[in-house]
Amino acid sequence: MTQLALVIDLNVCVGCHACVTSCKEWNTSGEAGPMTDKNPYGADPSGTFFNRVQTFEVGEFPCTETVHFPKSCLHCEDPPCVPVCPTGASYKRAEDGIVLVDYDKCIGCKYCSWACPYGARELDEKQKVMKKCTLCVDRIYDESLPESERKPACVMSCPTSARLFGDIHDPESEVSVAIREHGGYQLMPEWGTNPSNHYLPRRKTRIKIHEDELERVDNPLSKEERKRHVGPSEGPSIDDMASW
Amino acid sequence: MHPAFSVIFLTTLIGAGQGLFLALYTSQVYSLFKLLPTQHMGLFYAVGALLAVLLLVAGLVASFFHLGHPERAWRAASQWRTSWLSREVIVLPVAMLFIALWGAAHYHDLTRPLFQAPGGTEVDLTLILGFIATIAAFALFICTGMIYASLKFLQEWHSPLTIINFILLGSASGFLTATTLSALLDTSLTHFYAGWALLFTVAGLVFRGASLIRNKRLRPKSDLRSAIGVRHTNMAQKAQGAMGGSFNTREFFHGKRDSFVRSIKYIFIVLAFVIPAALIIASFYRPGYLLPLLAFGIQYVGLIAERWYFFAEARHPQNLYYQSIA
Repeated sequence: MTQLALVIDLNVCVGCHACVTSCKEWNTSGEAGPMTDKNPYGADPSGTFFNRVQTFEVGEFPCTETVHFPKSCLHCEDPPCVPVCPTGASYKRAEDGIVLVDYDKCIGCKYCSWACPYGARELDEKQKVMKKCTLCVDRIYDESLPESERKPACVMSCPTSARLFGDIHDPESEVSVAIREHGGYQLMPEWGTNPSNHYLPRRKTRIKIHEDELERVDNPLSKEERKRHVGPSEGPSIDDMASW
Repeated sequence: MHPAFSVIFLTTLIGAGQGLFLALYTSQVYSLFKLLPTQHMGLFYAVGALLAVLLLVAGLVASFFHLGHPERAWRAASQWRTSWLSREVIVLPVAMLFIALWGAAHYHDLTRPLFQAPGGTEVDLTLILGFIATIAAFALFICTGMIYASLKFLQEWHSPLTIINFILLGSASGFLTATTLSALLDTSLTHFYAGWALLFTVAGLVFRGASLIRNKRLRPKSDLRSAIGVRHTNMAQKAQGAMGGSFNTREFFHGKRDSFVRSIKYIFIVLAFVIPAALIIASFYRPGYLLPLLAFGIQYVGLIAERWYFFAEARHPQNLYYQSIA
């Protein structure tokens, strides 16, 4: 069983929104029709997006940290949005685990968006159907593209490589290794949705230096040590200082 | 959640329609067992069934305004295995059909006993049709309630109280409709219906009150820490990825002040329960259709407020991601 997913490294994301714009560009130009924008240049702009980058401030000044948080459909392994759909327009593909909406079957009742705790689904204001991240399903299997480009648009565009894409059910895939080795976690695990997308936490690199690493207790060159050895043959030799 | 008037009208109108039918059928069963004086009620039941069907149709029409693509609504019957919404879409027309058939059978006086049940009860066509319609009406209450109660992370809704309240409030307003209709057409059943309407109104107050208390004491399971996976007690959103709002800010927030929402709560307690109960009690002493009609009208307005509050008080966990625009 394959479960395609994104792994997003919050330690690397700089919040540049390149994934947001590239996602919109790719998916608004596709066969499924545009992702409608309302008043894009007006006072109250609003539009459909599959992916948004949000920003949170953690801590209190001056000890604050800015966390940029890209959010899109998590392609849950147990998606609560799928069974509630009355028409079967929402479905999870058996072959790769992508959760998709059939825009021709969707009646726009919005019930699936109520059933998603993450707010990953957005109703297109013009087409009146529910839309969400497709993991660029029209791109990742496109054999006319070179193999290195068969990835979601957001992954291709990320300048810091904060986004990884692959099969989280394959224990040796890049994403599985990243989750395993860098503490990948799921959002809102309390609801049992088992999201496929994982996030890698912020990580700090610190070295721990102990006092005795800065000052040797038995330093033969210390004043006290030199006072103890006064004779010519008794003084500190090279053996006291070198480890060979 | 943002209260949508299409859904508010759908749930209150079909609730009244189901309740009205249940009231009519209850009196038929009572007369069958000689608990009420038996008399010829065929025309009254037919008119009542027509009104019940009209209420259900009005609810159905209201629901179409909720859909982005009403022309595809027929597809919604396909996922009955998993979706309570799909089940509702199937049960609603079934209930309509059998209520209409039950009314038609009464209109055409098809009350010749078909067979005798053990115990000597004479079973006629209306009794069978009404029995099926009763099952459909209760199934519809359960489907409507489960649409909300099945969403586990909407903790305010995820409770048996949701379904109980849909049944009690729908029955209260339906029995009150039957009281009004009975008083208008001057049948002897007015007090019978009024008694039940009072019972359901009081029970509705008790159980709706219970759900208000339960919801007040709820603690949200999710917080920003589990939402973004950062462990700190002091976190604040600085940007949500859109400057002018989005579907997420429109669909899941009621956008009203807390004081407004609170006032709706008090308004519905008074309009849906207190005043109608008082008017029903008064109607026992002052016959006529005016008091029941007034009680029904005030209670219906109260139920609209109740349903508005039902949506507004539900806090969706996705709101954690949409706390601040910039």
